[in-house]
Amino acid sequence: MTSLDRLAMYTEMVRIRQYETRILQEYHGDKTPAWDIGAGLIPGEMHLSAGQEPAAVGVCAHLKKGDAITAPHRPHHFALAHGVDMNAMTAEIYGRTTGLCKGKGGHMHLFDPENHFSCSGIIAQGYPVACGQALAMKRKGTDNVTVAVAGEGAANQGAFHESLNLAAVWNLPVIFVIEDNDWAISVPREASTANTSNADRAAGYGIPGVRVEDNDVEAVFEAAGAAVDRARSGEGPSLIEVHTLRLLGHFEGDAQAYRPDLETVDERDPIPRYAASLMEAGELTEAQADDIKAAADAEVDAAIQFAVDSPIPTPEDALQHVFA
Amino acid sequence: MTTTENPTRRITTAKAMAEAIGLEMQADPNVFVMGEDVGAYGGIFGSTTDLFAEFGADRVIDTPISETGFIGAGIGAAVEGLRPVVELMFVDFYGVCMDQISNHMAKIHYESGGAVKVPMVLMAATGGGYSDAAQHSQCLWGTFAHLPGMKVVVPSNPYDAKGLMASAIQDDNPVIYLFHKGAQGLVWMEKNPRSIADVPEEAFTVPIGEAAIAREGSDVSIVTLSLSVQHSLDVAEQLEGEGISVEVVDLRSLVPLDRQTVLESVAKTGKLLVVDEDYKSFGLSGEIAAVVAETDPTMLTKPVSRLAVPDVPIPYARTLEYAILPTREKIAAAVKDLMA
Ligand SMILES: Cc1ncc(C[n+]2csc(CCOP(=O)(O)OP(=O)(O)O)c2C)c(N)n1
Repeated sequence: MTSLDRLAMYTEMVRIRQYETRILQEYHGDKTPAWDIGAGLIPGEMHLSAGQEPAAVGVCAHLKKGDAITAPHRPHHFALAHGVDMNAMTAEIYGRTTGLCKGKGGHMHLFDPENHFSCSGIIAQGYPVACGQALAMKRKGTDNVTVAVAGEGAANQGAFHESLNLAAVWNLPVIFVIEDNDWAISVPREASTANTSNADRAAGYGIPGVRVEDNDVEAVFEAAGAAVDRARSGEGPSLIEVHTLRLLGHFEGDAQAYRPDLETVDERDPIPRYAASLMEAGELTEAQADDIKAAADAEVDAAIQFAVDSPIPTPEDALQHVFA
Repeated sequence: MTTTENPTRRITTAKAMAEAIGLEMQADPNVFVMGEDVGAYGGIFGSTTDLFAEFGADRVIDTPISETGFIGAGIGAAVEGLRPVVELMFVDFYGVCMDQISNHMAKIHYESGGAVKVPMVLMAATGGGYSDAAQHSQCLWGTFAHLPGMKVVVPSNPYDAKGLMASAIQDDNPVIYLFHKGAQGLVWMEKNPRSIADVPEEAFTVPIGEAAIAREGSDVSIVTLSLSVQHSLDVAEQLEGEGISVEVVDLRSLVPLDRQTVLESVAKTGKLLVVDEDYKSFGLSGEIAAVVAETDPTMLTKPVSRLAVPDVPIPYARTLEYAILPTREKIAAAVKDLMA
């Protein structure tokens, strides 16, 4: 890992954070005073990934054109880190015709075939699809890989276990990524999962697994590098569990009354921590950090403007696209 | 101040459901609740509000995200004589657990020649209208009703929600209890005032299998259920001012289906509009039309009219979603078409 790698990862994390910070503002901006989830320029559920950037950035740093990702209901960080166009993604979140899915999908259902990116709002159901994409890559003789992402809660769903076995027995180029943010909505990990590490579960399926304990992008980068190399060279699947942090509620509007760790959340934010460590190492200056943030904000402003200026679909559009 | 014998107060549909479950839990130690976020959170749609504080983690159990596992466990517990109330958070998640529901919960009694009972309630949130898109906005009651062996209950208001929940828990059969998010009276969603209403504090039941005449009328029968009852009542009030008398039949359950009440209403008005937020083809609206056609199509003075989701997944953007939902405007237009 070079200094350039580190700076690039920092920049990408800031880009994602600035994006979601702005989406958060815009989402809430026009829902008050009578808070109504269906109202406003961005209607519907909103699951933000703030705090989980290290997982996406550390993994996606190793991906190249043709590699695929299946993401869950909390997809923004992986989408942006994988190169999904910010304008088209934002327009989709705003339900516009210029959106990735022409306004049909929304924030939980982003589809970008060019980047082989998709997500699903049904827990763990991206795992089997990832196996199929990996199977296709293998049969086509490419060295592309698929990354299957979900939360620690999703790892108790049957599809997760079926997929691990499929990937192992078919020796598929899949990297299973589990973002353990301690919570599945209001249910803490220890109440849902007897096993403390999904790396152990991977071992049960004959797959190498690593648990990255401290939400550190460099540690994720190291683990993902090994896993992606393995997959590209035909050695089969791997699993990486990242112990990460949900900075915000499960969805916007979640009061988090169930959560005892709220007070310490801000001090565990991985981005300021990484900035401090880069500065200490002399790899980042305050001025550079300001520039990085300003550049991100400018890109985000432009994406929001693009979305807001884009046309709203017509009622007739609702009947299109049921069949090819 | 006066005290009445049967005190009522205005509560939401969500609260009414939770209250019914709580009363049944007090009355019968075999009743317990499980599902995702039903504990401290109180259910994502409020259907288990305050139960955790009253009954504790032994009887209000937060589950892993393992619907096949915990719905199947509900079946097993029911077979052994407990009375589980299991929540599937959104009905859309049926896909990951339908084998337990259809091949096990719904078939065990028949397969066993009546030897084994499955006294279980499976409740789930349905419906759209708030841009939750294709995987979180479906109704799907027609899908469950199509598969034999489970009762399907669909309340439209707080009173029925409480009474039908009590009946569902006391029933010796598996009951699917589908509540519409938009009729729960949630603070974070647009709501019809009809989602908050007078409900007696005491325990009571509403029998499963009896439709209600939610409003009497003489010109057109709207046969409907769930949130669409609330919309239809709004439309009926509005059209009264235009001289059109609309009768609203609230089915309240699909299985069993109260054919008699439907037929009596249609016999009276001669005109039938079925309003259904589920998909149009192969579902409830066709079934209701068939009930009339099989009995006596000559009771109709106009062909049956059906307003339902036009066989597309539920889209995200508001304009798209409202283009396919049975809105008040579309209900009113359909009634006027029948009157033309
Ligand atoms: C099959 C299924 N069950 C339940 C849900 C509802 N649900 C959405 S997100 C979520 C929690 C997911 O937890 P986790 O996998 O840890 O991811 P996180 O939200 O923490 O990122 C649940 C239960 C769903 N979408 N799909």
